[in-house]
Amino acid sequence: MSENEKTQDKKKKDAGKVFLEEVSKSPLTLTILAIISGLILGGLLVAVTTVEVYEAFDVSFWEGIKTGARAAWSTYEALFYGSVGNPGKIIDAIKGGDAEEIRRAVNPFFESLVVSTPYIFAGLAVALGFRVGLFNIGAEGQIYIGAAATVTAAIFLKGLPAIVHIPVSLLAGFIGGGLWGLVPGLLKATTGGHEVINTIMMNYIAFRLSEFLLRGPLKNPDGFTPVSAPIEQSARLLRLFDSPIRFHIGFFIALFVAFLVYLLLFKTTWGYTLRTVGANPRAAKYAGMNIVQTTVIAMVLSGGLAGLAGANEVLGVNHNLALAFSSGYGFDAIALALLGKSNPVGVVLSAIMFGFLRNGAIQMQLSAGIPIDIISVLQAFILAFIAAPAIIRTIYRLKEPDIDIDAVTLRGWGGN
Amino acid sequence: MKPILELRGITKRFPGVLANDNIDLTLNKGEIHALLGENGAGKSTLMNILYGLYDPDEGEIFVNDEKITVTSPRDAIARGIGMVHQHFMLVPVFTVTENVMLGDETTVAGGFLDRKTPAARIREISDEYSLEVDPNSYVRDLPVGVQQRVEIIKLLYREADILILDEPTAVLTPQEVDELFTIMRSLVDSGKSIIFITHKLREVLSFADRITVIRGGKVIGTTTPKEADQNKLAAMMVGRDVSLEVDKNKAEITDTVLEVKDLVVLDDLNQVAVNKVSFEVKGGEILGIAGVQGNGQTELVKAITGLSHPVNGKMELLGQDITHASPRTITELGSAHIPEDRQKDGLVLTATIADNLVLNTYYLDPFAKNVMIQEEEVHNNAEMIIENFDVRTPSSLIPVGSLSGGNQQKVIVGREFSRPIKFLVAAQPTRGLDVGSIEYIHNRLLDKRDDGCAILLVSTELDEIMELSDRIAVMFDGNIIAVVDAEGATKEQIGLLMAGVVEA
Repeated sequence: MSENEKTQDKKKKDAGKVFLEEVSKSPLTLTILAIISGLILGGLLVAVTTVEVYEAFDVSFWEGIKTGARAAWSTYEALFYGSVGNPGKIIDAIKGGDAEEIRRAVNPFFESLVVSTPYIFAGLAVALGFRVGLFNIGAEGQIYIGAAATVTAAIFLKGLPAIVHIPVSLLAGFIGGGLWGLVPGLLKATTGGHEVINTIMMNYIAFRLSEFLLRGPLKNPDGFTPVSAPIEQSARLLRLFDSPIRFHIGFFIALFVAFLVYLLLFKTTWGYTLRTVGANPRAAKYAGMNIVQTTVIAMVLSGGLAGLAGANEVLGVNHNLALAFSSGYGFDAIALALLGKSNPVGVVLSAIMFGFLRNGAIQMQLSAGIPIDIISVLQAFILAFIAAPAIIRTIYRLKEPDIDIDAVTLRGWGGN
Repeated sequence: MKPILELRGITKRFPGVLANDNIDLTLNKGEIHALLGENGAGKSTLMNILYGLYDPDEGEIFVNDEKITVTSPRDAIARGIGMVHQHFMLVPVFTVTENVMLGDETTVAGGFLDRKTPAARIREISDEYSLEVDPNSYVRDLPVGVQQRVEIIKLLYREADILILDEPTAVLTPQEVDELFTIMRSLVDSGKSIIFITHKLREVLSFADRITVIRGGKVIGTTTPKEADQNKLAAMMVGRDVSLEVDKNKAEITDTVLEVKDLVVLDDLNQVAVNKVSFEVKGGEILGIAGVQGNGQTELVKAITGLSHPVNGKMELLGQDITHASPRTITELGSAHIPEDRQKDGLVLTATIADNLVLNTYYLDPFAKNVMIQEEEVHNNAEMIIENFDVRTPSSLIPVGSLSGGNQQKVIVGREFSRPIKFLVAAQPTRGLDVGSIEYIHNRLLDKRDDGCAILLVSTELDEIMELSDRIAVMFDGNIIAVVDAEGATKEQIGLLMAGVVEA
């Protein structure tokens, strides 16, 4: 009997151990630790680049450490105020009861969600490509073409009710981006031309093409700058609050699209095909799947999702098309798709994080005078840790996973 | 005879596994000592400890009666211990000389590489043991057997006295195996000692001086080829009696299922690999295709399964022309395929077992309704196959890549056999598997045959062909040079045919 108890006791202990081991192997642990490590290193960077810290070290060592910690703290505080809002101000505004004051106080939070929205679309675009073993570096160009197609539909289609005009304009964005993905997809499928090179080239064509459109056919006839005319009211995405909050229903459309991508990838036979072709093209061929067709479809879908990011900016935020309206969403999307492990849920979470970081950084620079570049460096640290999990595993003594899924998800650089 | 190497009480624990449990092993000078055990028995762990890749938790290592600690391969080499891994550690675009000197480069004044001195030394070594390796040829141009000799030269160049060969015959053709054993014999004759890891019984009995059997991390016993036979060794390895001879019912042959006529197939380099091959497979029979690896079998199988298309000839499956059909069309006609390279072609290693079990049926009822995957059906299917085909796994939801080789093969066999099939192509179905799994898969193949399925068995293991086939076709240089009845055929006869010798 006591024997029995002993073995049971042992089993319990093992269960605890097994749980810890699983946590240690889990990719989520790795991601969280990478973010924490990035924040710590970012803080150190702030400390060593602050002049006052050196002056304090002249006084005493502890004074130096304290000043350094304070510098890092105030940076992150400014970042928090910029991205979420200043809690003190929010409470005061609510107490004051003035509606506009309240909106002003909580605006940073909603503005961060506004910035997150195109990240979600573009992140999904790149993540879907990764799942099929394709590196879509062309999301930025697809965003521009998507936006151009959307703005065309939103300006020149007149007299439609919003319930029709908005979906049609979004669809135009999807088709525009999809066409921009179709070209490298076809090139890859028919000639084997590597999608990395071709999507990069398509980016340049997209930038110059949208510049041509904005100086020519799409230019606002009443203006002098290369900006399109404002889009029809019926095409604008509903804003949920009054000025200055720009938060619009595009965020929920993005969440819905993420849900659709999740369904497509993990619940349908099409998704099964896409994932199998991505994970092991030879097994896909063995199973009778059409690899050429799958590659082309995946590039079209990926481009279309990126196109939606452009459509969202036009319909929800800018209400027109301007030069350089997307400052690198498509490139950041590559990073956040990696961070989100090419999983729609992960992508949404990473996109929100990127949105908060970027919006917070802008406010931080405006209010506290801390250079915005610190956020780029912070993002770079986090990504470097994600891309080199061995560093994180060594620092925190994590276990190797049984099978490295990333190695497969990220196949494609010269792999085939 | 004096022991050159002694392992005493080696114990190694991994989380949840006791990989080596108090292992003692003695290697005498000038002997070939075989370390026999199933996959996962702990052979490789033990050798990795000896080679300094793992630290033992307990135990001691003695070389020439002197206690040593080995913490890295560099230490091991300094003590005269060298290892040839199952997967070679060679740089294909380097020459033999460059590969051999890698990590131990000689330079001339100014820090430039000196290739001449090592090349001369390699030629000496090659001549001394008749290895026939040209130091100036590029490794990528060499056949696998010669690449293995380059690995051996690497050890001899570093003056190793104790050579560990990990599954050296797994990648070799029968002729290359014979050559390897000649070389091993000449090495021990000149005073080297060899530990040779394997799970192949026949090799052990013909070439080892002594045999140590390991099972579940423990030494089961040490014996010699004189005292042991295949059945005894197999029982020691598996822990129960294993029948190595398969019981075969008489074949009940029905109509022709596959007919191949004048088939010509090109390989990846657009060379003719299959040259005007014709044969047929009937229901209820196993047609074995014997032949040394690389005589066109791989290309033949690819063409029959639709993975590549022939440039000439005709194939009919169940009366339908499949000469230019896609893999999916062929599968849907009732054909199954156990691919030669199970990890590359047959499985998606990162996907779950359940997903892999519907790899070629995921789009069909009941696994899909319209385009939605029916997860419950996929799951039930997985549970059923895991149960029926004895796949050892804690769950159907773990990646198939974390299973052992034998269990991965059971996943493929389970998947292919759980469909109503009339034709089966089994390519190297037991390559790299342990004795227990081989027995299991052989019996399953025979069950299918007795059900009336037509089976094309392609194997480079002559024993396997002889035991399972009803008729044997021998492939040589892209041709089928003879088809003989398995009954009455002798190994010598088939072996000669495999070498391309046709009696006048």
